[in-house]
Amino acid sequence: MTPPTSSAITLHINGEKRTLPVDHRTTLLDALREKLDLTGTKKGCDQGQCGACTVLLDGRRTVSCLQLAVAAEGREITTIEGMAEGDRLHPVQQAFLDLDGYQCGYCTPGQICSAVAVIEEHAAGWPSAVTDDVRPEAGPPPLTPEEIRERMSGNLCRCGAYVSIVEAVARAAAGRTTAESAGHPTVEAAGRTAVEAAGRATAAKAGEAAA
Amino acid sequence: MTAPTALRGAVGTAHARVEGRDKVTGAARYAAEIPFAELAHGWLVLSTAARGRIRSVEAGPVLDMPGVLTVLHHGTAPRVDSEYIGMLGVPPDPSVALFQNDRVPHAGWPVALVVAETSEQAREAAEALVVHYEEEPHDIGFDAGRTDAYPVDGHMPAVTEKGDLAARLAESAVVVDAEYTTPEEHHNPMEPHAATARWDGGRLDVVDSNQGSTWVADELCKLFSLDPASVRVRSEHVGGGFGSKGVRAHQVAAVMASTLLQRPVRVVLTRRQMFSLAGYRSPTIQRVRLGADPDGRLRALEHESLSLTSTVYEFVEPSAGVARAMYDADAHRTANQVVRLDVPTPTWMRAPGEAPGSFALESALDELAEKCRIDPIALRVRNEPGTGPVSGLPFSSRNLVACFEEGARRFGWADRDPRPGMRRDGRWLLGTGTAAASFPAGAGPSTAALTAEADGSFTVRIAASDIGTGARTALTLIAADALETAPERVRVRIGDSDFGPAMIAGGSMGTRSWAWAITVAAGELRERLAAGNGIPPEGVTVRSDTTAAIGALAQKERHSFGAQFAEVAVDAGTGEVRVRRMLGIFAAGRIVNPLTARGQLVGGMTWGISMALHEEAVRDRVSGGHVGADLAGYHVASHADVPHIEADWIDDPDPDDPVGIKGIGEIGIVGAAAAIANAVRHATGVRHRSLPIRPDRVLAAGTGAQDA
Amino acid sequence: MREFGYRRVLDVSGAVALLDADPDARFLGGGTNLVDLMKTGVERPARLVDIRELPLDRIESAPDGGLRIGATVTNSDLAAHPEVRRRYPALAQAVLAGASGQLRNMATVGGNLLQRTRCGYFADVTKPCNKRVPGSGCPAIGGDHRNHAILGASDHCVATHPSDMGVALTAFDAVVSYETAAGPGELPLTDLYLPVGDTPHRETALPPGALITGVTLPPAPVAAHSRYRKVRERASYAFAIGSVAAALDVRDGVVRDARLAFGAVASRPWRATRAEALLAGAPADAATFAAAADAELAAARPLPDNAYKGTLMRNLVVAVLTELAKEAGR
Repeated sequence: MTPPTSSAITLHINGEKRTLPVDHRTTLLDALREKLDLTGTKKGCDQGQCGACTVLLDGRRTVSCLQLAVAAEGREITTIEGMAEGDRLHPVQQAFLDLDGYQCGYCTPGQICSAVAVIEEHAAGWPSAVTDDVRPEAGPPPLTPEEIRERMSGNLCRCGAYVSIVEAVARAAAGRTTAESAGHPTVEAAGRTAVEAAGRATAAKAGEAAA
Repeated sequence: MTAPTALRGAVGTAHARVEGRDKVTGAARYAAEIPFAELAHGWLVLSTAARGRIRSVEAGPVLDMPGVLTVLHHGTAPRVDSEYIGMLGVPPDPSVALFQNDRVPHAGWPVALVVAETSEQAREAAEALVVHYEEEPHDIGFDAGRTDAYPVDGHMPAVTEKGDLAARLAESAVVVDAEYTTPEEHHNPMEPHAATARWDGGRLDVVDSNQGSTWVADELCKLFSLDPASVRVRSEHVGGGFGSKGVRAHQVAAVMASTLLQRPVRVVLTRRQMFSLAGYRSPTIQRVRLGADPDGRLRALEHESLSLTSTVYEFVEPSAGVARAMYDADAHRTANQVVRLDVPTPTWMRAPGEAPGSFALESALDELAEKCRIDPIALRVRNEPGTGPVSGLPFSSRNLVACFEEGARRFGWADRDPRPGMRRDGRWLLGTGTAAASFPAGAGPSTAALTAEADGSFTVRIAASDIGTGARTALTLIAADALETAPERVRVRIGDSDFGPAMIAGGSMGTRSWAWAITVAAGELRERLAAGNGIPPEGVTVRSDTTAAIGALAQKERHSFGAQFAEVAVDAGTGEVRVRRMLGIFAAGRIVNPLTARGQLVGGMTWGISMALHEEAVRDRVSGGHVGADLAGYHVASHADVPHIEADWIDDPDPDDPVGIKGIGEIGIVGAAAAIANAVRHATGVRHRSLPIRPDRVLAAGTGAQDA
Repeated sequence: MREFGYRRVLDVSGAVALLDADPDARFLGGGTNLVDLMKTGVERPARLVDIRELPLDRIESAPDGGLRIGATVTNSDLAAHPEVRRRYPALAQAVLAGASGQLRNMATVGGNLLQRTRCGYFADVTKPCNKRVPGSGCPAIGGDHRNHAILGASDHCVATHPSDMGVALTAFDAVVSYETAAGPGELPLTDLYLPVGDTPHRETALPPGALITGVTLPPAPVAAHSRYRKVRERASYAFAIGSVAAALDVRDGVVRDARLAFGAVASRPWRATRAEALLAGAPADAATFAAAADAELAAARPLPDNAYKGTLMRNLVVAVLTELAKEAGR
């Protein structure tokens, strides 16, 4: 007996219920883009290798290209279209806009969804692959640029906007707003200072024979 | 940053992207995202044979599959004309003349298009389509010993030479003679190539992802022998291009299918298909020979480069061209050669020629500095040419030394111990390296239309393309200054071939070319408005065309320049290489929008990291096709690979450009891989002459006297 | 991708009954590997049985100090679990070193163990592959094999197992529990994967239709002093070219207990038993560590382009054990 190969499903997306028939082969990504006109979620590789299709599923970041739509029934889906509150951008969106955390914009919705989750995961105390000591006694690691880079590594950006994306995530994580930062050293200025400081450190260490 | 010469305020001031809100909210729609009623989906079928003929395409069973509408192949497809010269003055790669005959010139050649009601149905049917081939032996062997290599001009002469090379090399106190290789590299823009074609009121309307909407419209018009007025190509948001997004199989297939079915058809390339259909950068094998006096002054310079192309089209990666602008010597020879193999045709990829060429030449300079025991920056300063080494023409401006001076100061170069292997941080050996960068500055003819609206605002219409460069925003600032108004009162509309001919987003020439046309039109519009006849409801529109002005430019050596610095950490026990910091100082014309310009330059440098350490497409000799043709098999740098990178610039306006622009899209990658390789040498004592510098190569080389 | 039926199941017996009745059915967990393989045509199931809502998503501490990990626990939850991080830090590190945050949120423990090789020939249905199409040949041996196996491979297949998590689990004597229509069963993880031999398409010793229900980690005080180090061709979001999970108990400069497993060098996570035997009771110094690595790697049969892995693994073993010994000395 051949089982049915399509189903009528109801998806909970950005607080709305959407009912639609799906071919079981349809991924959540394709359902969003082709059936629900939610094209903010991007298809970069369709194989879980780039992160452009990242959405939140029950609050957790997920690559929607490897998530079958039929298997997403009953779960809360948040896409880039659900991030802002009306005209008010999510702080991560605002930071990307202000700090130019993108170029072509195609990986951007995935980067933003991922960054929103990264900030939550970090707040929940999750360690990462670059956390020195993962034991719970060691406490949560500070969200350094290195930690942000590792946690964001599932989102490729071919334009090479990583430097400003990391700045944007750091700014959003620190809860800083553009207005506040106007009178303070910006994240990018801090980075510049760091490069120059490293240069001085290089100079200072240059004479030390260590090999 | 040196203060830019003030114009009228907007240009030179940081400005968030005008389409930024759409991009961060997901509202910006890319080519595959515009809904159409009755849309059908096409899926390309690519050859599994590497050379031969198609014996048969078994379309019958596939036509019976659910939802399948048609199967296009060489037996059923409409004829196209590929005997023409396109907008950029070159004939098309016959690879875009889809399904015209039974020849298969490489693995991954498009042999059919399956069209179905849904993308799932099209995909399954395309995968089920059986194609029989009569296979012939193929040859994909790319090596330095190819006797069938031959010189190819491309957009520059294949060979330049002066002086007696053998004699000058023989008398040189110090000689460097080394071979460098770079692998096959792929653009991999995040947005796959996608096009939707439909006939709308007798006009062909193509929504596409490309680097020039009039360019693609012109090619489609010629391929399908259509009246130019009956073709419209739109491309409002483009998810990256890097040279790969011209006319390609997907647009042609979509046009064929929509013509046949008389309904909208969308064709999107899969990531895997892009490896065969989107073009790529040829691998290179380069030999550099330098002869110098003991003080490093060059007496002889030879740079030879071998790249590959397909059997159907001649494309050259002109890596040997970079020395023609960079360094002079009494004897000076540069030569670009190609070999034709059973592979897809390569194409332009970010800094074609300069990217791989600078890796070889700037590594060789580093080797020479070491042999002469002089500082690598001092060596470059000592060899600064007064005029074009090959052309003898004056430079429009050349601020390379200023870039090195500023960069050295900020990077902390002065106190560097030149001896390799002297610094360590735990398991990591540390090293620093530098390299020079250059990229031609040019402009292409463009037209623009500027409208003064009755409400006091302005509309700019130009077939520009913003592939992530920030062009839309830069042009808004340029127009605002040229019109002496605020950027908020200017609306720039781009990405529509109906706006008239314009330069493509390529060759670092887009923004400069479009800005020129807008500046000219703005001047005329202001004159018209000053005449004081008021603005009618439909507004006042002025058009410009820069063809004559650009044609009248005096012959000069026109280039952007830069100095790259990198610090790396190498674990000699595991072969891991990490870039710890990078600094690039550029002399690249007037910077229109510092916010987005920084992104362009840092993005290019990030490509340099990716090129130095990660990127490499692997081709299987037996099958002739790729292995691991996806983003897990072909690594591009990820977040964790990219440290804080600083890019800055010195004041260097182009004296012959109305705005002073040179172009910044490509210079950031030039020299970056060499700076990293030179830093790896400094860290470990090992010279890596083949990219990418993978862990296995670092491990095989060890540390010390050996070279890799 | 061919059309397929879909059923979501809520209990284990229902799940195994469905698969028992249909050899063309597959269990769908996180889908991170299976859905990808379906897209590339490597897998063509007629029915998917969605097991994500089975009550197998808990991590339970055993009173003896061990852990029982449900098969549908996500990689993220495993790596974030305080008891995993406290008792088996190398396991948390291994999981965190794999894939990306998104994929770890989806992927399950059971699916991770059963994931297929990332050999580029296996993933490309237009090319021969003995694992995918028995008898069709192994083009990797004469082709691209830079990241293929040096241990335990055969003339028929040189593919590696890609799991990071499995390497740490192997080091800590994990036992896999499964359920079939005929009842439950258990297998030590080291016995889950079959030798390659001339049957590379037969990958595990699980009975047909079996559902992995969980993994049990016996108590191992030594595991509290453990580490996972992974080397790859990009700093993150890439499969290993070599990895080591190690645990070391050192008293008075002598190794009391050692656990060692390798990743990315064989068709399965590789328990380095020869090295462990040499380490036990030996002085905790670099010479011992190098000798242990050499003992294990003596069986390596590299191909021309993956011989570097021997050097890499030797250096990694020495580096990781040295670090652990140094920490033990503090």
